[in-house]
Amino acid sequence: MSVDYSWYLFLGAALFTIGAYGLLIRRNPLVMFMCIELMLNAVNLTFVTFSRMLNDIGGQVVVFFVLVVAAAEVVVGLGILVSILRRRPSATVDDISALKG
Amino acid sequence: MIAGMFAQLGVPTDAPFAVPEVAWSALTPLLILIVGALALLVVTALVPRTLPVGFFTVTTVAVAAGAAVASLGSWDRVTDPDRGPYMAVAGAITLDGFSVLVTALLAITVVLVALLADGYLRREGLGAAEFSVLVLLSASGGVMMALANDLIVMFLGLEVLSIALYVLAGFQGDRRESQESAMKYFLLGAFASAFLLYGIALVYGATGSTNLGEIAGFLARDVPSEQGLLLGGMAMLIVGFGFKIGVVPFQSWVPDVYQGAPTPVTAFMASGVKVAGFAALLRVIVSALSVQAQDWRPVMWVLAMLTLVVGPAMAIVQTDVKRMLAYSSISHAGFILIGVQAASDRGTAGALFYLFAYSFMALGAFGVVSLVARQGDVGVDLDRFRGLSKRRPGLALVFAVFLLGQTGVPLTSGFMAKFSVIGAAVASESYALAMVAMLTSVVGAFAYLRVIVAMYLGDDEEMAEEGTRRVQIPAAAGLALGLALAVTVTLGVLPSTVLDAARDAVPARLSPSR
Repeated sequence: MSVDYSWYLFLGAALFTIGAYGLLIRRNPLVMFMCIELMLNAVNLTFVTFSRMLNDIGGQVVVFFVLVVAAAEVVVGLGILVSILRRRPSATVDDISALKG
Repeated sequence: MIAGMFAQLGVPTDAPFAVPEVAWSALTPLLILIVGALALLVVTALVPRTLPVGFFTVTTVAVAAGAAVASLGSWDRVTDPDRGPYMAVAGAITLDGFSVLVTALLAITVVLVALLADGYLRREGLGAAEFSVLVLLSASGGVMMALANDLIVMFLGLEVLSIALYVLAGFQGDRRESQESAMKYFLLGAFASAFLLYGIALVYGATGSTNLGEIAGFLARDVPSEQGLLLGGMAMLIVGFGFKIGVVPFQSWVPDVYQGAPTPVTAFMASGVKVAGFAALLRVIVSALSVQAQDWRPVMWVLAMLTLVVGPAMAIVQTDVKRMLAYSSISHAGFILIGVQAASDRGTAGALFYLFAYSFMALGAFGVVSLVARQGDVGVDLDRFRGLSKRRPGLALVFAVFLLGQTGVPLTSGFMAKFSVIGAAVASESYALAMVAMLTSVVGAFAYLRVIVAMYLGDDEEMAEEGTRRVQIPAAAGLALGLALAVTVTLGVLPSTVLDAARDAVPARLSPSR
């Protein structure tokens, strides 16, 4: 039994929206990192679906690049977070507010 | 099993695997930057003692200058009408006047940033090795974006550029502002990257390719069966690029990140990163999606209008000069968008010239700010600049020229830059935008003139009583400011060389399938 392609696209769009919404409302940096991962993986699903629809392998190759980029990004993000937590015991993004105006 | 998968996908399994030919000569500037950075990293790790800051400055300048020379070396080849632009690495990158010029500009900004950072790193006691490597790698990402003829290559370039910059923004790990800058830049940058990537996915779904030449060819031939996918993809791409180049309403991170980041890094963000971001925007939206111009022009019009109004309006209420320059950088992004919005070769040339002119003014202005600041990158509010002309007449004069240039005073590069984008807007019948641009540059002038007035008419006594030390100007930073000043004045008096180059540097649309 095969599922229509459009369902995968809708799932990708839904996951992307959940990720974007989560990034905007959550205040814990770690959860925000997870939301970014969710958005990137939603895009991966969309790429794979289009790849099958178009019968073109290029879209699946993209996924590997995105996975590598996501990993590199999260490493740097965690590094920044660790350097912040070294100075203060706990951090939500609301505590990081020295710059304004 | 793998063969079965390939068969299912319609890939012929018995066909020999074709290794794409890699034209190394086309990649020379990129390779110089990457190999230079990695070699620097290895040398630093292998040498047992700490190398002096000067070594890293000299190496970075040499590597970046080498990349600039290597890039400009192919200028004659790609602008020659007989041979023209060409593609390399299976159509993934394009060498045309546009990529050559942008690559050279990026490399030159790295030279100036390295010179500015020399004294700064000594004063703040930061690791010069990591700084040099990260700046070179970040610039290599920008070069990748300039060369890209494929949306995925462009995305990878953007990530290489951005990830190195997230680290650079938080380079002063023990300063709260720097950490905050890094965190905000990271979260907003990753958010923007995800949008950009989703846009790429949707455009891929609509047109069947991520190659810019093939996308342009497809759109010129026939209409996508799902027009909604293409429009959604374009909207996502514009949101993603909009975040990266900091246009209203995606500008919220710019002031905080620019203010908190170490000042030489801010100078690089305002020059090199903006150049790379706009280069990608011009190549993807203006060049590859030119067939859809009637769809994206109104969006760009609104973005440009908002940016032109909000940028200067926020700049005039700032008391922190670094933050004021951040808002001014937003308003300059608005001016460059005028060239983008024109959707013509003239607009592209104008935007390119503007980027060229603004890069040097931004590098110079932030360079002066980094010199005036006290250790710890603090004390860059307006009061600190009061009476600077009496303490440091040369520095005050140079700063005044950069600020007047950003205002758009004749005989500086800023005037020619504003003239070229507004001229393109008028030629494309965007009269309202041209009018607003001229009006808001008057509003913006107030922010710059306030600093100049403080420098020349402000009272110095208060500072003298505090017993603050005299502003030191290291030789390398002085050289960088001198170069930026020379370019700003030369482009104002004799702009024709760069204007002609920008005119010849319109992105080419090449498709590998032809």
